[in-house]
Amino acid sequence: MSSATPGAELARLTIHEAAGLLAEGRASSVEITQAVLDRIEAVDDRTGAFVTVTGDLALEQARAADERIASGDARPLTGVPMLLKDNMCTRGVRTTCSSRMLEDFVPAYDATVAARLYDEGAVLVGKGNLDEFAMGSSTENSAFFPTRNPWDLDRVPGGSSGGPAAAVAADECVYSLGSDTGGSIRQPAALCGVVGLKPTYGLVSRYGLIAFASSLDQIGPITKDVRDAAIVLNAIAGHDPRDSTSIAAETPDYTSALDGDVKGLRVGVPSEYFVEGMEPGVERAVRDAVRVFEDLGAVVEEVSLPHTPYALAVYYIIAPSEASANLARYDGVKYGFSPQEAESMWDALEKTRQHGFGPEVKRRIMLGTYALSAGYYDAYYLKAQQVRTLIRRELDEAFQGLDVIAAPTSPSVAFRQGEKMDDPVQMYLNDVFTQPANIAGIPAISVPGGMSEGLPVGLQLMGPYLGEATLLRAAHAYEQATNWHKLRPGL
Amino acid sequence: MRITTEEVRHIATLARVGMTDDEVERMRDQMSNILEQFDVLSQVDTGGVESTGSLPGRQTVMRDDRVEPSADREDVLSNAPRREGDLIRVRAVLE
Repeated sequence: MSSATPGAELARLTIHEAAGLLAEGRASSVEITQAVLDRIEAVDDRTGAFVTVTGDLALEQARAADERIASGDARPLTGVPMLLKDNMCTRGVRTTCSSRMLEDFVPAYDATVAARLYDEGAVLVGKGNLDEFAMGSSTENSAFFPTRNPWDLDRVPGGSSGGPAAAVAADECVYSLGSDTGGSIRQPAALCGVVGLKPTYGLVSRYGLIAFASSLDQIGPITKDVRDAAIVLNAIAGHDPRDSTSIAAETPDYTSALDGDVKGLRVGVPSEYFVEGMEPGVERAVRDAVRVFEDLGAVVEEVSLPHTPYALAVYYIIAPSEASANLARYDGVKYGFSPQEAESMWDALEKTRQHGFGPEVKRRIMLGTYALSAGYYDAYYLKAQQVRTLIRRELDEAFQGLDVIAAPTSPSVAFRQGEKMDDPVQMYLNDVFTQPANIAGIPAISVPGGMSEGLPVGLQLMGPYLGEATLLRAAHAYEQATNWHKLRPGL
Repeated sequence: MRITTEEVRHIATLARVGMTDDEVERMRDQMSNILEQFDVLSQVDTGGVESTGSLPGRQTVMRDDRVEPSADREDVLSNAPRREGDLIRVRAVLE
C-alpha cells in the first residue's frame, strides 16, 4: 500500500473516488477509515454530528474489507466508511433516536439497510445525531446536544438528519443514510451543501427504522455528489419481505441512469414554491439553477400546483397522528427509560413518557392523540387524508406533462441556533417545500444549487412515482454543469 | 381553534403522558397556535374525495406461516429495565 495520499485527503473522498483508490491498491480501507476517524476526532467536538463513534468496529470491518478487496470480491461500497442516522437499528450498537427514552437501547437485530450495507462490505464509523425521534428541522431537539452547521457553527445544520448531513459536509464520513418523513434528508442536505435523496415511498425497506410516521417515512442517502447517491441507492433499494409496504419491483442500476444528457427534458417550475417571505438569495439561486437546465437543452415551463399551501397542515395532522400510535409502544417495560419510583403501573407509564420524551415529541403525541380522538377525527384526520389525495392527484397529473419539478428545498439558508426553538409554528414552516413529496410518496432530491450570504442553497428536484432514474440523471446533469458541489466548508 | 386546559389534561391522560401544571398551560397555548394553522383545510372542497389510507396499490401482504430464527433471547432481555432471570418484572396491574 502506498502512503502517497495523506490522511486529510483520504477523508475528503467521494465513494467513487475511494472505490477507485481501493481497486488500484493506492489506499487500503484501514487507511481511509483511520483518516475518517482522525477527522471525527479533530472536528466532532465542534460539529456534534455523532451520538456514537464505532471506531473499533469500523477498523475491524475495514480489515475484513481489505481482505475482500484482495480476494477480488469487492463491491462499490466495500471498505468505504459511512454513518447511519441513530434511528436505524444496529445489532450490538446502541441506537438512541437521540432520546432519553432509548439512551441505553442496544438492538437485537440490524435494520435491513444496515444489513444490506454490511453485505456490501461497508464500514460503520458511527451513529448520527438527530432531532429526537426525527421530529424537528434543526437537530436542536436532540436530547443529548445540538449538531452545528460546518459552514457556520453558530447555525443549525437543519434536521432531523442534521448529524448525517453535517458529517458528510465536514468529511466525518464518506456518506450517510438519513430518514425523511417531511424533508428530514433534503432540508439538512440543502443547509449543509450536500446531496440528499428521498426515494419513492417503499423503494427502501423501513424494517429496523424506528417508526415516526409510517405512511411517510423513507430512508435515503446523503452524499457528496449525485453519483454517490446512485451508488448507495443501488445497495439499499429493493423488496424486503420484512416491510409490508416495500415495493415488489425490480430496481434498475441507478448509476447507468446518470449518463446521457437532458436535452428535451421537461422541467416544471411551480409558482406556489416561490412564496412571500422566502429569502431573496434562495429565490435567486433557484431561478439561476433553472436557467442552467435551459442552457442544457431542457424545456422549462411554469406550472401551478394550487394545493401546495395545504401540505403543511396535512403533514402536521397526519405525521403526529401516526406518531402518537407508533410511540405508544414506549412503556418502560421491555426496553427504554423507566422511572425508579412509581406508585402503580399507570403512574409508571405516565412517568416513563413524561421524563423519557422531550418537549417536541410530547407536542406531537398530544397533537396526534387530539386529531384522532372522538369528535375530532373527521375534522382533522379524515379531512387531512382527503386533501392528501388531492395533493397526490395534482402531482400525478403534473407529471403527465413533466419529467421533473424544480423548486427550492428550503425557504431559507441555515438559520441561527436558538432562533426558532421557542416558536413551533415558525420551525414547522421550514419543511413547507419538502412535505408534498412525502405526502404523495414520490422521490425528490436536494443538490447544492448556489450560495446566499456565504451559506449553501439547496435545489430540489421532484420526480414521478419510481422516477429515480430520470431524477438522478437530471440532478447529475445539473451538478456536472455547475461547481456548487465542489465547495467545502472551511472547518 | 383554541383548546382548553381541561382538554389538554384529557388528551394527556389518553396519551399517558404525565404533565406538570406549567407543562399543561404551555401545551395548551402551543397546541392552540398549531391547531389554528389547520383551519386552512376548511377552505378545501373535499366532497366525494376518497381518503388516502395509504399510498397507491397497497394491499394486505400475505406470507406463509413458517418458523424462522428470531432475535437472541439474551440480546432482547438485556434491554429490560427490570429483570429477574429470564423474566421481565412489571408493576402490579391489579392492586
